[in-house]
Amino acid sequence: MESIIERILQNKFWNFHGGIHPPEQKTLTSGKPIKQLPLPKQLILPLQQHIGRQGDLLVKVGDKVLKGQALTQSSNPMAVPVHAPTSGTISAIRKSAIAHPSGLSELCIFIDVDGDDTWKTREICEDFTKLNKQKIIQKIADAGIAGMGGAGFPTHIKVNTKPEINFLIINAAECEPYITADDLLMCEQSEAIIDGIKILEQLLNPAFILIGIEDNKPRAIKALQHATKNIEKISVCVLPTKYPTGGEKQLIKILTGKEVKSGTLPIHSGIVVQNVATCFAISDAVINDIPLIRRVVTVTGQAVSKPQNVWALLGTPVNHLLEHTGFVTEHDSSKANPPVTSPPVIMGGPLMGFSILNEFVPIVKTSNCILAPSRAEMPSAFDNNSSEVECIRCGQCADVCPSQLLPQELQWSAKAKDHQQLNKLNLFDCIDCGACAYVCPSKIPLVQYYRIAKAEIRQQQQLDLKAEKAKSRFEARKLRLEKDKNAREEKHKKAAAARKIAMSKRSADGGSASSAVAAALARVKAKKKAKSNDELSVFSIEKAESSSVLSVSSDEVTDEKSQVKAAIARAKAKRLAKKDDVSTLKVANKDSEEKEKTIKTVKTVDDKKAKIAAAVAKAKAKAKKEQQPEQSLPSSNEKEVKATSTKTDDKKARIAAAVAKAKAKAKAKKTQEKDQLAVMSNEAHAPFKSSNEESE
Amino acid sequence: MAFWIASSPHNHNQTATSALMRLVIYAVLPGVFAQWYFFGWGNIIHIALAITTALTCEFIVLSLRSKNKTQNISKQLFDGSALLTAILLGICLPALAPWWISVIGVAFAIVVVKQLYGGLGNNPFNPAMAAYVMLLISFPIQMTSWQPPLDLINIDLGFTNTLTAIFTGFTSDGYSVEQLRTSIDGFTMATPLDTLKTNLGLGFTVFETIENSMFSNNLSSGLGFAFGWEWMNIAFLGGGLFLMAKKAIAWQTPISFLLSLLVCSIIAYSISPDGSASTLFHWLTGGCMLGAFFILTDPVTGATSVKGRLIIGALAGLLVYLIRTVGGYPDGVAFAVLLCNMTAPLIDQYTRPRTYGHNIDSVKSTITQEKANEKGEVK
Amino acid sequence: MINILIAILVLGFISALFGALLGYASVRFHVEGDPIVEQLDALLPQTQCGQCGYPGCKPYAEAVANGEAINKCAPGGEDTIKKIANLLGVDVEPIDESHELDSTLGNGPTVAFIIEEDCIGCTKCIQACPVDAILGAAKQMHTIIIDECTGCDLCVAPCPVDCIEMRPIPETIQNWQWDLNKIAVKQLD
Repeated sequence: MESIIERILQNKFWNFHGGIHPPEQKTLTSGKPIKQLPLPKQLILPLQQHIGRQGDLLVKVGDKVLKGQALTQSSNPMAVPVHAPTSGTISAIRKSAIAHPSGLSELCIFIDVDGDDTWKTREICEDFTKLNKQKIIQKIADAGIAGMGGAGFPTHIKVNTKPEINFLIINAAECEPYITADDLLMCEQSEAIIDGIKILEQLLNPAFILIGIEDNKPRAIKALQHATKNIEKISVCVLPTKYPTGGEKQLIKILTGKEVKSGTLPIHSGIVVQNVATCFAISDAVINDIPLIRRVVTVTGQAVSKPQNVWALLGTPVNHLLEHTGFVTEHDSSKANPPVTSPPVIMGGPLMGFSILNEFVPIVKTSNCILAPSRAEMPSAFDNNSSEVECIRCGQCADVCPSQLLPQELQWSAKAKDHQQLNKLNLFDCIDCGACAYVCPSKIPLVQYYRIAKAEIRQQQQLDLKAEKAKSRFEARKLRLEKDKNAREEKHKKAAAARKIAMSKRSADGGSASSAVAAALARVKAKKKAKSNDELSVFSIEKAESSSVLSVSSDEVTDEKSQVKAAIARAKAKRLAKKDDVSTLKVANKDSEEKEKTIKTVKTVDDKKAKIAAAVAKAKAKAKKEQQPEQSLPSSNEKEVKATSTKTDDKKARIAAAVAKAKAKAKAKKTQEKDQLAVMSNEAHAPFKSSNEESE
Repeated sequence: MAFWIASSPHNHNQTATSALMRLVIYAVLPGVFAQWYFFGWGNIIHIALAITTALTCEFIVLSLRSKNKTQNISKQLFDGSALLTAILLGICLPALAPWWISVIGVAFAIVVVKQLYGGLGNNPFNPAMAAYVMLLISFPIQMTSWQPPLDLINIDLGFTNTLTAIFTGFTSDGYSVEQLRTSIDGFTMATPLDTLKTNLGLGFTVFETIENSMFSNNLSSGLGFAFGWEWMNIAFLGGGLFLMAKKAIAWQTPISFLLSLLVCSIIAYSISPDGSASTLFHWLTGGCMLGAFFILTDPVTGATSVKGRLIIGALAGLLVYLIRTVGGYPDGVAFAVLLCNMTAPLIDQYTRPRTYGHNIDSVKSTITQEKANEKGEVK
Repeated sequence: MINILIAILVLGFISALFGALLGYASVRFHVEGDPIVEQLDALLPQTQCGQCGYPGCKPYAEAVANGEAINKCAPGGEDTIKKIANLLGVDVEPIDESHELDSTLGNGPTVAFIIEEDCIGCTKCIQACPVDAILGAAKQMHTIIIDECTGCDLCVAPCPVDCIEMRPIPETIQNWQWDLNKIAVKQLD
């Protein structure tokens, strides 16, 4: 630890493996001050702008919002809110293309800017040293600050840590070519940045604060050195320019000589890294109560005539920025008239940025640069990876890889989809920096292969997890069904035994009493069955029907109904006792007619009931049709059902349609499932009857 | 307006495989020039023959392999890899070898060694060297028809004479290849390495051997150089250094190869000074420099990690020395290269670099005592 | 003649000796491997869809272990067949046509979706679901627990009102597979 500090004080640093020196192109914008743009007409704010989850909406379409007003909130600690960057009216909340390489659409809030820029009421904090830790963290969380360097990790989580912090590293390296947003911010707002660092110091209490900055920003270095000259704890470390010095892990290695163990966060080694723009946002939030609603964006590239850094409100569509910096669409003269290839516009730098889908993609918390290159400047950005040739194993990629991976071997395994080998080669230590693809003479889009492979592996892991879960659920279900079946058989046996005894006892009394006995037995059976119903209400087929009918009957305990039901029950009992086929048919017919009456009564009571009843009717109809395909009765049933449904309201129309559907389906299936369903309906009758008797 | 979608990184350093190959071809030219200067037209004719055959073979195989990518064939054909293979083989062949030697060799190199294994980037063996070894084994007589340096021949060997010698076996004046190989002294000439080996086998010392005319010349007399060969090797060394400066080839392989050869020869020399040639002799005869800078550095068939390259280089140096001194063939570069090609995947497997963030314990010791750790790694 | 006899005897003795030795070794050093059924089961996608003709993945794994064809798993597709072939040391077979996935929904994974207005609460789908991924009670609207649904489509057929349909899982930024070519890039006019 002490030797590390000594080395740092002597301006000696470590080095990381590999790295590249692409043309910097920073002078395009580094000399000009940050420009204030006029307000755009419309802002598009994606609900999710960072790693983690999106918050819940607090506003609705038509609401007037003030500048700085929170638009979302969440109880999830991984979510940070978004705020209205200016005052205006919410015109829409719908899906729109977001700032993401996929170009997919996610939920966005559209704000029509009113131009007044009216602030919400703010509480300006004069002296943040008096605030306690929790208060500051709350302020940071409420301001919606997420890391402004790249991934956008919610800042309040990063600073709310328990372990002892040795180093607070401020990442001011800004190693990607073209981008000068942090550079200019440091030049112009060094005091505010130092305030932010002081707030972080108060929160984390690190032993040492290191500001890592590349030596290609002399003005910013001077400004920072000037601002920190009285603070002993802070040391401005001027590092040699090399890409990707600004990578979190690489910066840690350069400054401290330590490596972050694979799969852990720097915090586990007692190191916290914060981006310099995040520091500025923190000071703005804590001191001035300004939530994160704007950021510095470098608009650059040879396709814009006036490249410059601008203050952009979050949610500003890219075309607003491009318009104000003189974006010209380059006409490709080599090809004849249309189609003219649309130029790429890149959000982020040339090495890690992504090309955006269209000009309405908004600026988000992590967008530090809008790069519109010309074809002459960056021909490879215009190719669509078509010029790839075979890898000749030159090993240049391995020489430049800052994670010391073997990109060429990874590439083979990625093409072969050998996930095991990819894990062995530590694919997940790849930081997507693009150095390998930059130097590849075969022009293999290495990073793209890795990203696809990573996504596939992640998905595979999720699928495996899901399969595991499905398996256990399937097995649990099988076990439960088995248990249910056993229990049912047990009951059947008991019931059969009881019936035998009863039969033998009463055989002398003659057949007249048998119907009553059967009814009683059935009642007992139904009772037991009802009790054994699962909480999840996953019923066996016969149970389902019984209970559905059961609920109808128990819901409506009216006198007239119970009478009807009693009649049905009687009929049933009769049928059960006699096993004559002809009579069964008759009874069943009668049965259904009576049931339709029941249904009618139910319908008149409640709208919802109508649906249920319709279902019952349908089920019946289905069963009946299969039982007696030659009879004309089903059609009469249908009529009745239809009649009842027309009585109530338009919702019925749907039910009718459903009924028709069910019928059609049943017809198609009847030959197959005839026998099975016949058995079902037979069984279904017994509990129905007994439950009615109970309700009496 | 929709924008063009491409994957990051959007920038590229604009190098290309074909440019790399072209650079290597440029770098080999000084050596070819030196060879022409000292040995005449023979190899130039062979190189021309080889290039023609190589492009023809490559075109045929590519057309057979790719079904409907006609526009890509020309691109692949002229990516320089076939050209380079042809040139390297042409350089290696004996100047007066019959014409079909180079045709068969290159056809074998391109069709069998390169394309049958999957084409550029997929061949496990260096095509030029594999073809050379195939020729050496199959046609030993033709493959040892070395021509002495022009200064040592008593017949005037111009372009036409060489051409007819290669195609018909006789010069226009009717001299046979065998006669051409006879030196002023009336001895049949072999390469210096061959002569040295034969003489050592006959019980001569190195010093006695290098009294021979092929060794004694203005520059080399004192040092025991091989006349003609040393300039050729120096030219290849120059080309190699140029490539190294351009970072077109990895520095590790040639350096460790040459160092390994140095160590081997020094050890042998210190044991028996009479029976061992000097390091410089080993460095500057045969295909040493060509092998070190142009063949061992072939990325396709070599090791990819830094450590792996060092090991391959050292292994090749050791093998070359062993084959030259105790093996059956006078020069061992081709065999050594093939043997190293075979071991390359295994060496790569065991010399994977430590990925950032893995096995950090070993790094911590690096920070405190770097030297101690280096020793530990060697173990 | 006697020489031949000696040779035969000696060789016979030696082979008997080695045979005995091998037999002993196989008993003495017997390694209890993973039961093949478990290994097969681990390779199957666990959708429990029954499209193979067996009531779940485990039964199919058992059947494969007993010699059933390896190409009946539709959701697993070619990948699974390859893995099984690899494990069993048999040839890869093309997927059985009768077990091929319905291509009308595209090849991506799907989940069941209940059109809730049409649901009548019959619980038939609940009984059909092999992984208990449908929640609901009698006469109550049912719903699919999307995270648990394996996309086996066994619930589609039993529905009396056809209110269940299979829908492809929507692509979000979380499950996006970096397929840049799929992004619709409109050319400028």
